[in-house]
Amino acid sequence: MRSKIYGKPGDRVFTALLVVLGLTVMLVAALMAWELGFGGREAFRAFGFWGFLRGTAWDAVAEQFGAWPFLVGTLITSAVALALAFLPALAAAIAVAEYAPRWLGELVAYLIDLLAALPSVVYGLWGIFVLVPLVRDHVEQPLFLWSAEHAPALMGVLGPPTGIGMLSAVLVLALMIVPYASSLARDAIRLVPRSQREAMYALGATRWEVVRRVVLPYARGGIFAGVILALARAIGETMAVTMLIGNSGQLPYSVFGPAATMASVIANEFAEAEGGLQLSSLLAVGFLLMLLSLAVNLVADFILRRMSVGEGRK
Amino acid sequence: MKKIVILVMMLLLAAAFARGVTLSGAGATFPYPLYAKYFSVYHKATGVRVNYQSIGSGGGIRQLFAGTVHFGASDAPLTDKKLAEFEQKRGTRVIHVPTALGAVVPTYNLPGVRAAVRFSGPVLADIFLGKIRKWNDPALAALNPGVKLPPLPITVVRRSDGSGTTYIWTEYLAKVSPEWKKRVGVGKSVSWPAGMGGKGNEGVAGLVRQIPGALGYNELVYAVQNEIAYGAVQNRAGKFVRADLASLRAAAELPDFPPDTRVSLTDTPAPEGYPIASFTWILVYRDLDKNRAVKSAAEARALAALLDWIIHDGQQFNEALHYATLPEVAVRASEANLAGLLYRGEAVIPK
Repeated sequence: MRSKIYGKPGDRVFTALLVVLGLTVMLVAALMAWELGFGGREAFRAFGFWGFLRGTAWDAVAEQFGAWPFLVGTLITSAVALALAFLPALAAAIAVAEYAPRWLGELVAYLIDLLAALPSVVYGLWGIFVLVPLVRDHVEQPLFLWSAEHAPALMGVLGPPTGIGMLSAVLVLALMIVPYASSLARDAIRLVPRSQREAMYALGATRWEVVRRVVLPYARGGIFAGVILALARAIGETMAVTMLIGNSGQLPYSVFGPAATMASVIANEFAEAEGGLQLSSLLAVGFLLMLLSLAVNLVADFILRRMSVGEGRK
Repeated sequence: MKKIVILVMMLLLAAAFARGVTLSGAGATFPYPLYAKYFSVYHKATGVRVNYQSIGSGGGIRQLFAGTVHFGASDAPLTDKKLAEFEQKRGTRVIHVPTALGAVVPTYNLPGVRAAVRFSGPVLADIFLGKIRKWNDPALAALNPGVKLPPLPITVVRRSDGSGTTYIWTEYLAKVSPEWKKRVGVGKSVSWPAGMGGKGNEGVAGLVRQIPGALGYNELVYAVQNEIAYGAVQNRAGKFVRADLASLRAAAELPDFPPDTRVSLTDTPAPEGYPIASFTWILVYRDLDKNRAVKSAAEARALAALLDWIIHDGQQFNEALHYATLPEVAVRASEANLAGLLYRGEAVIPK
């Protein structure tokens, strides 16, 4: 059905242009997926899709490759980082949008957004030179010594207290994704209609009760969208994680010990892979990473539809 | 004397032909500072411009195979399998031209220890296998009489990225330890039994600096320039040698030097030689017309002249940048190889 308003030739050209540009984006995404999958076909053929996914060996000498340690590393680091970042990000968003005076709120919001603009190599350097010694001397070593004395069973779970490893990587990752979660949550909270709050105040609610009973439930769609954006960012983060995580794909991982992620193994090995099965396996890891991001986005979209309040609700 | 005159004339001639030619290369990062120096001096002397992208040995070999660069550069020689692939798919042999010698040294962070710690091949292998875990282990203490090694745990640090440095290091360990050879093997990236990885020389050096008790491996140039403590290694003759330019050159003085220069210098039999040394190579097609990047006979001649310049006149720049110069045997072998370069079946360098 075409209404009169779209009848003008200029509008038609504009519509066509939009459609073409929109399709281009989809085409590029599809092409990337195809290119990665096609490049990884040798690895998938050699080990089978599930065999490659569940394989735990990554040995360029014996030409045995499996993505499982890196998949696990990616899932653990991004999930824990998100869990760590969520409450501070939400708290910051509430404070900025609801409690702080305007000038202070603007300033804090600006500083948080600035965190997103920092290149990740800067986070990595800060992690190595500031966070790692701090974490090693004040968290890992005391905990490790305590466990050595009181709970020797814990020592294996904790791992070597060198500062480089899962814990430091997760902490930096959490810091990096705070602005993504926070800024979307802030916007969602600001969009809660005045009438809703006033109705609550009229019933005699305190400020905190308004936030808890009205603002947060109403804004949960936006808050959750921010969470998903943060998670996607955490899954794909490469540089800072590579610098801090210790890059060892040996399962099982421990809390302090070195680990590896999908993005880090690609960044590490791509430049020197001479073709053949290793290069193909790296592309296959890239393909799996893309599938993982797709899965996260689909699940997020599904939850978002069920959660959103107001016009978006289906 | 006559030879030098001929050489100079040849170079001048080549330069006259080559004026305005631009050559491109890609590969190893390890010799990049040296190559940058070579190419800038060469450009001033002859007008030939050389673009070199230090994207890593593997990338250089990929680009050479794809025919997008005039030459590749690698810290590890091509494997027989890879050479056969070139021969089969590109229809040409690949010539290895060594340009300099480098070493890999064990770097460590031991607070309070001032003397250079001594290692032996088997002990290094056991440490990297995760079998020796403490600095005051009897095996290490026996090598270091008079040095008080602390009871710190050894944190093994290695490269996380694929690297020619790792290739040299693992090749050495495989030669001195049968268990390493069987369990881990040799490669630019291997499946490490122990420790943690840092990306690049700077990554390993950063971790070694950050972690008391860490033991890693770095290129000599990097360790010297950044003043990281590095140890002496016992060579096959039983002597503890600390890597320097003299012990590197000594390592390459082999009686039976192979004509294709694809020689492993690790665990050298030379009595004064440092045992973890290696050449770094420039790789070119023997039949230069098979490389799509080489578009004319003039370009082929310019490339051959450049390589000839590097193995002779270029060598004077090596030592100032902490790379050892080529030994005489390697220069002779390379001269013979360069004389065999062909363009459409004709010799590129006139006899």
